[in-house]
Amino acid sequence: MGDLTRMTAVELAAVVADRQASAVEVSQAHLDRIAAVDDRVHAFLHVDVEGALAQARRVDDGLADGTVTGPLAGVPLALKDVLCTEGVPTTVGSRILEGWRPPYDATVTRRLKDAGLVLLGKTNMDEFAMGSSTEHSAYGPTHNPWDLDRIPGGSGGGSAAALAAFEAPLAIGTDTGGSIRQPAAVTGTVGVKPTYGGVSRYGLVAFSSSLDQAGPCARTVLDAALLHEVIAGHDPLDSTSIPSTVPPVVEAARQADVTGLRVGVVRELTGEGYQPGVEARFREAVEVLEELGAEVVEVSCPHFDYALPAYYLIAPSEASSNLARFDAVRYGLRVGDDGERSLEEVMQLTRAQGFGAEVKRRIVLGTYALSSGYYDAYYGQAQKVRTLISRDFAAAFERVDVLVAPTSPTVAFRLGEKLDDPLAMYRQDIASIPSNLYGGPAMSVPCGLSEGLPVGLQVMAPTMRDDLLYRVGAAFEAARPAPVPPLAWETS
Amino acid sequence: MSEITREEVAHLARLSRLALDDAELDGLASQLDVILGAVAKIGEVSDAADVPPTTHAVPLENVQRPDVVRPSLPREAVLAGAPDAEGGRFRVPRILDEEA
Repeated sequence: MGDLTRMTAVELAAVVADRQASAVEVSQAHLDRIAAVDDRVHAFLHVDVEGALAQARRVDDGLADGTVTGPLAGVPLALKDVLCTEGVPTTVGSRILEGWRPPYDATVTRRLKDAGLVLLGKTNMDEFAMGSSTEHSAYGPTHNPWDLDRIPGGSGGGSAAALAAFEAPLAIGTDTGGSIRQPAAVTGTVGVKPTYGGVSRYGLVAFSSSLDQAGPCARTVLDAALLHEVIAGHDPLDSTSIPSTVPPVVEAARQADVTGLRVGVVRELTGEGYQPGVEARFREAVEVLEELGAEVVEVSCPHFDYALPAYYLIAPSEASSNLARFDAVRYGLRVGDDGERSLEEVMQLTRAQGFGAEVKRRIVLGTYALSSGYYDAYYGQAQKVRTLISRDFAAAFERVDVLVAPTSPTVAFRLGEKLDDPLAMYRQDIASIPSNLYGGPAMSVPCGLSEGLPVGLQVMAPTMRDDLLYRVGAAFEAARPAPVPPLAWETS
Repeated sequence: MSEITREEVAHLARLSRLALDDAELDGLASQLDVILGAVAKIGEVSDAADVPPTTHAVPLENVQRPDVVRPSLPREAVLAGAPDAEGGRFRVPRILDEEA
């Protein structure tokens, strides 16, 4: 038996099921790995050693007496710190929730535990999932395992980096404008934003409720599919949860066949703003799909050019409303309560100190876009443009089965490079945002290197056709296996 | 694109319950100018006039569940996460002005 931390989730589940190693041993190997490397990667905000080992023991007992079954039983997982975990700190990367321990589990958390997965800890993220680099985390950035001086993407950079540094074989992310897919692209891992409503948002700390969606992160497409199946499905606790059966994602990942599948290359998601190296890897990936039997055509989605501005009006507007709940009364931080100051003064001080610069920027931007006199020109117009973007998708899906584009316009940039230029940071999301506005599923799968850094191929599918992503992703992965990070820093 | 003044940002900050200092207000004013200048591009979309707005990706209507009483979270567990609690309730700072 080889190094447990280098195995896929499928291999680890088999090792545990065959009793070659216990779930406790598998978890301990990953906890040891975290202890060895996370001072340099900083993928985790909280490592739950006791909780992980206790759950691993429960899984071992359950496997012995037959009460625990399932294809991922005993496999460890890293959970983005935006999902509530009962009794385990949940900060959303913000000072305003520092030290808060939720009194309940998110539905995603509950499903993971019920399926016998072992939660190693909570991963770093841009504060309230607002960012593309994890540099907006109040607890310091995560470092990209491919090059520690570079960003791991964001907001879910911690989850993606944990996979690339072999600290966990599986992770959960959330994707509002690309926060699962862009980190996957720049770390050479697989990330999927499921159909909006496919995975429950109950217990997911809200950023932009009409866009937020939790999804699987993994090092292989099949591992992601197995995790997708665990977390997806209707939840009566989320009124936006879709009451229908989960698309057959695992079957599709095993099928891994694109013969006869019609693939549309989106004209608007290439060209200006995309690095030549990224575009070259993307073109090669499209050729690979063609060689595998797909029919490739170019399609135009003219309103995608307006996805970025529409998103940066809709998401901050919803955030400015959602984040009103941080009122210094019910949870988290309270600043300046000296017995003299009023509730409102304490609230203003708490929010000013508890939120970081990017969160404040978006709250103020959203408040502006929603204010009387500007509403129609900004928020209202953005919602109409959202309709036109969805119509572009619908028209494209009459001609093709899936759309493809680069996931991110660049490879991982250097830490600090875009911190003082919010617009440059926002442009990281240019290719990922359309699927969020439309609601359909999208995947990023590794498609080679540029400048020695990973590039992601993005696949987009119609609503509730998440299975198509896995067919394409698995077929591509079989033809062009993901590059393995050299981790040269480990020995230097 | 009209320039955003510090006074306008101060008003937005008050609406957002954010106590920002002058340096933050000035910084935000210039950043908002740049960001709003960029997002104003959506005004160019001329075929949006008669289009219905999308508020949600997946339109579900009148989602209901059976009206069955379920236990709620224990009060102690919820108050344990609050910045201050007293007598089984959230304790808040002063709400009313001192009585004259």
